[in-house]
Amino acid sequence: MNISRRRLLILLPAAAVAWESVLAGTPESSPNYKMSEHWWSMLIDIPKCIGCGNCVRACQIENDVPEGYFRTWVERYHVTDENMTSPDVMSPNGGKDGFPSVMEDHGKYFFVPKLCNHCADSPCTQVCPVGATFVSPDGVVLIDQKYCLGCAYCVQACPYGCRYIHPEKRVADKCTLCYHRITKGLTTACCEACPTGARQLADLKNPNDPIHAFLKTHSVQVLKPQMATGAKVYYNDLDGSVR
Amino acid sequence: MGVFKDAGHLFRFTGLFVLAFLAFLLIRGYVVPKTFGQYGHYRAAAIGEIAGRPVKFAGHKACEDCHTDIVDVKMKGKHAHVNCEACHGALAKHADDPTSMTPTKPDTAVLCARCHTASAAKPTGFPQVNPADHSNGVPCETCHNPHSPAIDGGGAK
Repeated sequence: MNISRRRLLILLPAAAVAWESVLAGTPESSPNYKMSEHWWSMLIDIPKCIGCGNCVRACQIENDVPEGYFRTWVERYHVTDENMTSPDVMSPNGGKDGFPSVMEDHGKYFFVPKLCNHCADSPCTQVCPVGATFVSPDGVVLIDQKYCLGCAYCVQACPYGCRYIHPEKRVADKCTLCYHRITKGLTTACCEACPTGARQLADLKNPNDPIHAFLKTHSVQVLKPQMATGAKVYYNDLDGSVR
Repeated sequence: MGVFKDAGHLFRFTGLFVLAFLAFLLIRGYVVPKTFGQYGHYRAAAIGEIAGRPVKFAGHKACEDCHTDIVDVKMKGKHAHVNCEACHGALAKHADDPTSMTPTKPDTAVLCARCHTASAAKPTGFPQVNPADHSNGVPCETCHNPHSPAIDGGGAK
């Protein structure tokens, strides 16, 4: 085969590109974990939440969440009979230190733990201009912090207010559903620390997960269903006043 | 060469175009991360990087492996479904190497009150007390075993 100098010069870069793609290979994954076999979600059982703040503290420890920022937080709602649609909502320090005691019993109170809803059709991943945030094949919304520019488009796009710009790293940060734990067969830090079982990690692709029986027999909602985000944090017995 | 006569400038231009295109491919090959686009419009390797982070809460199974005596007591009481680390804190380091760190005993005055202080905001079925009226400053564990708190349930100290 006769290759002229010119031909060679043209072919070399092409070969280099081809070789690069060969070298790329497949990314490393946990040995016994198959992404295609899971579709993660979370169940929040409102009547079980006592507002202790254990989940908020556990999350901050597990994920090194900076002080004053929250990947999960707890809100306390106070709905009075006269004003059903505009509840009084409080979340002092994200509920991290618990809530002040209430003595009078006027109207109803309940706690709503919040976190990233790990939406299947998430608005936050759609607005990222560089592909730094995405829904993983197992249904977890993640951020590639090496790739993130910190433009905060996603922070604005999230209808649930679940993202923030990390004050030191200057990139977007949010709940990863403790991806480093659930891929090792553990539950999330918030679920691990919840004393009443108000938060439960659920795998919708696992036919033996108790979530399926629960969803069949309970009145379950997601937050802001009208936004069609495909939210996967299911709230049992959620009051209509919660926004 | 009838048709291609005086077409040398076109060949040169085409050659230049092809070279520029190859240069583009080459630069793109280096600049775009290797796993970008494998699963979607993102760097697939980021998934492995996030999954590889170290764990701080060991999980209940790790506790069960060694502390069977306490787990047995706990399983018979009201706190059966409260995980160890809900009260004792993140102890993956202790689970990996028990000698490297030992957990400090939580202060029951703070710990118990966190969940069991009476508030109208809490679900009505949840056991709640006003700590000052209930014990008048006597530490909770004087009467209750935190691992099985009911006094008549064999959990009393």
